[in-house]
Amino acid sequence: MATAKMNFVQRLYLPEIAKGLVITARHFFKNMTLHTLHMFGLAKDKDAMVTISYPEVRRPFPLVSRSRHRLTKREDGSPKCVACMMCATACPADCIFIEAEEHPDPAIEKRPRHFDIDMSKCVYCGFCVEACPEDAIRMDTGEFNLAFFDRKALIYDKAFLLNEDPYAVPAGAVAIKKKP
Amino acid sequence: MMQTAYNFLTGPMVAPIFFGLIKTTFIMTLVMTSGLILSWVERKQSAIMQDRIGANRASILGVSALGLVNNLADALKGITKEDYIPPKANKFLHTLAPFLACFTAAGAFAVLPFGGEVKLPGMAEPVALCIAPMSMGLLFVFALLSIGVYGVVLSGYVSGNKYGTLGALRASAQMISYEVATGLTVLGALMMYQSLDFRVMVQWQQDHVWGIVYQPIGFILFMTATIVEMKRVPFDLPEAESEIIGYSVEYSGMKFMLFLMAEFIETLLFSWIIVLLFLGGWHIPGLHVPEAGQMAPFLGFSVGHWPAVGLEVLAFSFKIVFLCWLSMLIRWSLPRFRYDQIMHLGWKIMLPIALGNVVVTALVILWVGN
Repeated sequence: MATAKMNFVQRLYLPEIAKGLVITARHFFKNMTLHTLHMFGLAKDKDAMVTISYPEVRRPFPLVSRSRHRLTKREDGSPKCVACMMCATACPADCIFIEAEEHPDPAIEKRPRHFDIDMSKCVYCGFCVEACPEDAIRMDTGEFNLAFFDRKALIYDKAFLLNEDPYAVPAGAVAIKKKP
Repeated sequence: MMQTAYNFLTGPMVAPIFFGLIKTTFIMTLVMTSGLILSWVERKQSAIMQDRIGANRASILGVSALGLVNNLADALKGITKEDYIPPKANKFLHTLAPFLACFTAAGAFAVLPFGGEVKLPGMAEPVALCIAPMSMGLLFVFALLSIGVYGVVLSGYVSGNKYGTLGALRASAQMISYEVATGLTVLGALMMYQSLDFRVMVQWQQDHVWGIVYQPIGFILFMTATIVEMKRVPFDLPEAESEIIGYSVEYSGMKFMLFLMAEFIETLLFSWIIVLLFLGGWHIPGLHVPEAGQMAPFLGFSVGHWPAVGLEVLAFSFKIVFLCWLSMLIRWSLPRFRYDQIMHLGWKIMLPIALGNVVVTALVILWVGN
């Protein structure tokens, strides 16, 4: 492929360098002014940088994004899940483990005694949410940074999945990230 | 008592040693901290230019001091890191190389003045604000920098690593090629000043105009050549992290950091030289330093001898800081050259232009008179 022909001024190279330097210098002075103004509490609505200071500040996620699972509850606080095994069957990563038991209410057939998700296996495909006939499992917590020193801590149990606090850490696990 | 001590220190026997120690301490502190400060400036300035924040996570008791603590953390890391010498390397030369690179850059400051002359009461000779005033100052600097090439070449060559050797080869070719250009670009200015002594150059610029007015081409060429000599982007081929890791590939810990430090010290050094050669040194337009005890008008004020010298040193520092800033700006704006492009630029473009500049300057001096 032939490269684009440059005209004489472009081939001199120095004017083009000067142009580039003007651009970078403009960014420098604009951001420097904003940083200085921010120091005195002025012009807070104008950003001097595009960086998001991640653990402290979080970018809002689109509503359709899939994040850590949670189990929805009935009005009385018990899980909506009826232990039908649809999600465990649909799961391509084979990471959902359900043990069913009889529900005391005769109108409801079963309930889960154990409902564990091995997050170290989960591929976040969302098939479990699609498969669930009861809207009992959702992936809308907005939590995605699951980082632990202990691999066992990534196996989330029923009690934890029912907890709606996205920053909750399972008992016995040491979270790397701090609660904001 | 105070008077006796003052007379003793400013006496003809003690004064050179006493003031020499003070000036050496001042310059060495400045040079050694410049590595720290300039790496901070580089991080922060590049971040601000690119709409980022820059290093700010390291902190002592929650105080990150605008990211300065990061540099302390770096120093701590460098000192405590294992100093590994590869089995194939020549131990003596491997250790010598980073010191050679750093020492030559720092040693050049001995002949660089940082201000005019200070007259102290009771002393016959004024104190020059320069550690070792030398009539061939610029030659001394160039000579030291030529030795500095050995530091880089040795480090790559003796570490027994092919990439290091590649970096060393590139460094030697690049730096030796551009030494020709560096020398020739200042020749035009030197013909005007008729001296290699930095103080005479600044005096000439005070009497006439700043060198950049008569030598704009020389200024641009010299600045380009100094960036090549510093081995910084866009001429960082000896390192070129993304292609060959470079001459410092087999270094770790503080020895590795010495190479970085040498680079920053050279940034300061060349900014200093450019200011002395082309930007009038410590000269402030409209200010003439009065004799001790007399006053001189400046911007509607009248200033004495000491404030005038102080103002000049401040102006000098400001010019140097500006040039350091400019060098960082260039470093973070331009992409790296290809190797053949560097050689092309050096031998086929800069050398002829520099030679032409010398000839034209000589002819103008011949016709117009100095």
